[in-house]
Amino acid sequence: MSRKVMFVLGMLVIVALMLTACAPAPAAKTSGAEKTVTIGFTASQTGKYNVESSRQTNGLKMWVDDVNNAGGIKLSDGTVLKFATKFYDDESNKDRVQELYTRLATEDNANFLISPYSSGLTAAAAVIAEQYGKIMITTGAASDATYKQGYTLVYQAYTPASRYLTSSVDLLGSLDASAKKIAFVYENSKFSTSVVEAAKAYAEAQGYDVVLFEGYDPDTSDFNPFINKIQAASPDAIMGGGHFQDGSTFARQINEKNLPVKFISLLVAPPEPTFSELGDAAVGVAGPSQWEAAAKYSPEAAKAAGMDWLGLSSTEFAQKYEKAYGEAPSYHAAGGYAAGLLLQNAIQKADSIETAKVKAALDATNLMIFFGPLKFDTSADAHGLQVGHSMIVVQWQRDSSGKLVKQVVWPTSGATADPLYPIH
Amino acid sequence: MVNVLLASLIDGLLIGFVYGIAAMGLSLIFGVMDVVNLAHGPIIALGMFGVYLLFSLLGLNPFIALILVAVMGLLFGLVMYMTAVHRVIDAPPLSSLLATFAVNMMIIGIGTSLFTTSSYNVEYSLGTVTAGPINVTGTRLAASLIALLVTAALYWFLYYTRTGKYIRAVANNRSSAELMGIPSTRILALSFGIGTMLAAIAGGLIATIFPINILAGGSYELKSFVIVVMGGLGNPLGALIGGLILGLMEGVVPVFMKTTWVPVLEFMLFIIILLVRPQGILGAKE
Repeated sequence: MSRKVMFVLGMLVIVALMLTACAPAPAAKTSGAEKTVTIGFTASQTGKYNVESSRQTNGLKMWVDDVNNAGGIKLSDGTVLKFATKFYDDESNKDRVQELYTRLATEDNANFLISPYSSGLTAAAAVIAEQYGKIMITTGAASDATYKQGYTLVYQAYTPASRYLTSSVDLLGSLDASAKKIAFVYENSKFSTSVVEAAKAYAEAQGYDVVLFEGYDPDTSDFNPFINKIQAASPDAIMGGGHFQDGSTFARQINEKNLPVKFISLLVAPPEPTFSELGDAAVGVAGPSQWEAAAKYSPEAAKAAGMDWLGLSSTEFAQKYEKAYGEAPSYHAAGGYAAGLLLQNAIQKADSIETAKVKAALDATNLMIFFGPLKFDTSADAHGLQVGHSMIVVQWQRDSSGKLVKQVVWPTSGATADPLYPIH
Repeated sequence: MVNVLLASLIDGLLIGFVYGIAAMGLSLIFGVMDVVNLAHGPIIALGMFGVYLLFSLLGLNPFIALILVAVMGLLFGLVMYMTAVHRVIDAPPLSSLLATFAVNMMIIGIGTSLFTTSSYNVEYSLGTVTAGPINVTGTRLAASLIALLVTAALYWFLYYTRTGKYIRAVANNRSSAELMGIPSTRILALSFGIGTMLAAIAGGLIATIFPINILAGGSYELKSFVIVVMGGLGNPLGALIGGLILGLMEGVVPVFMKTTWVPVLEFMLFIIILLVRPQGILGAKE
């Protein structure tokens, strides 16, 4: 009998201990001067955007940890802001995004929202953010269209698609004033076409002569007809491409055909580490990237540009991320962290988490972080469109030991090497 | 302008030979046994991966690896004929279509699980041959020469060897050939094997020029159908000529208009030939 009582008592003690251990942390909302700010977003834990979205979420979570570990944000009234995330799986599905962002805004009372990954999902989420009067920082969403809907609370961290190749045009201009002819050969897809159309208009406005402007099918494997045409048009530079496979095949065949061209800048493929497998064909090929670990944005560079500086350096970010997640960070991860920093900067400037005050601070953003300079369009036509950040241009070069290395060649403030020019 | 035209003409012509042997495989099988081999594309892809694997794993020169790939293509065809095609050879055409389609699905399924649908490259270069304004990659030149040799060898085999003559006899009239003592089943199996061997060789040659993936055979299968109809169903020489026409169109049309017009013009020509000369340029098999 007594053994039975002892057993029951013992079990009760164990259960009580377990319950205490599992109890929610006290002061979920406020405790004296501490306040928890909820960041709401959806992640594509399943579906086609899974990989990129996970990296973006990792970056964002790392920012939350960093800011909390540093003691949170201290406001002038003594309140200490700590951050917590609330997120759901959107299944890479637009309909789910709208449902879930509504839930984040209403039931979960998220203070601020971060976009899902991809332009399509973000467009769906932005409507909800605007409808419920929540500020949303978008990342992983390059399309320009979302910021031209008259929204006032949506802010873009990425360089918009319309400026993907304009940095390459600027780079060419800085390298060679006599280079005047550009050939655009690009994949017939929505993304690539919108990028090259904007780049063409920009190049023409800069006085360039667009000698060839032609698209190819996404599954093209034979680029010789294009290369023959490019040769006939004898341009100084080739720009375009589309995605990894077609871009790398295009670069390979340009090399095989010994096409005499001074400058090549292709979308998407060159920033990928596997591009180096092309060997000699990769040498000199440049391409735009949202962010690179080698980019040297620094407090000094920010000061020189008259901008504020916040957060860590690219190298620190890359090391920290690799330690936490066991892989080198891609620009998706950097974008997630950058979205957090944008918000942090605005809250610090606003000295509040009230939407109107933070919005005013975001509108006035003039910030440089490891991701690059950030600034928003505040006009009614394109409110929130990213105007400060520009694409980094990377170029594959051989180092002194003959090894292929991806160098940042533009902008000069973040460059790790001089551009290789002309290639041939 | 003349330079671009010349360069495009040569590029087109060279790739045309490779298209030609891919189509010849399809044409030969149809010519001999009235079977449309829907596994043609995946067999081309198997040829591609054969060369890729022998090159990347064993370090074999891709053009030497091609010999092994050809033998494997032949054996694969013999096995496929005996297991999937022979029992439906006299059934209505739908049966053989379904049988070869099933093989097509199996190859794609297994291939996708082994290699995914990612692209691979045979990292092999023979340099670039330059003649004035024209640059031709060494591999493309070598692939065309081999395609030409294979065509010549096939022609010699069909017209100057006893087995070749048997094949033509079975193609012409199987019952009469059997009455003359020709072992028709063996000849049918051999013809099928030669057909798949040509597809595998074409795939192997393509792998030395372009990036490959397990689904890449599909577009060459489609081209083969167009070529076969152009050249004449069941007529291997017609297939070569059809291949050259298609290659030339792909090379030369982009000089004058956007490249996206190439398939439009190809299929227009295809329809015109069907309307005006349904037996194909060289005529279908008698």
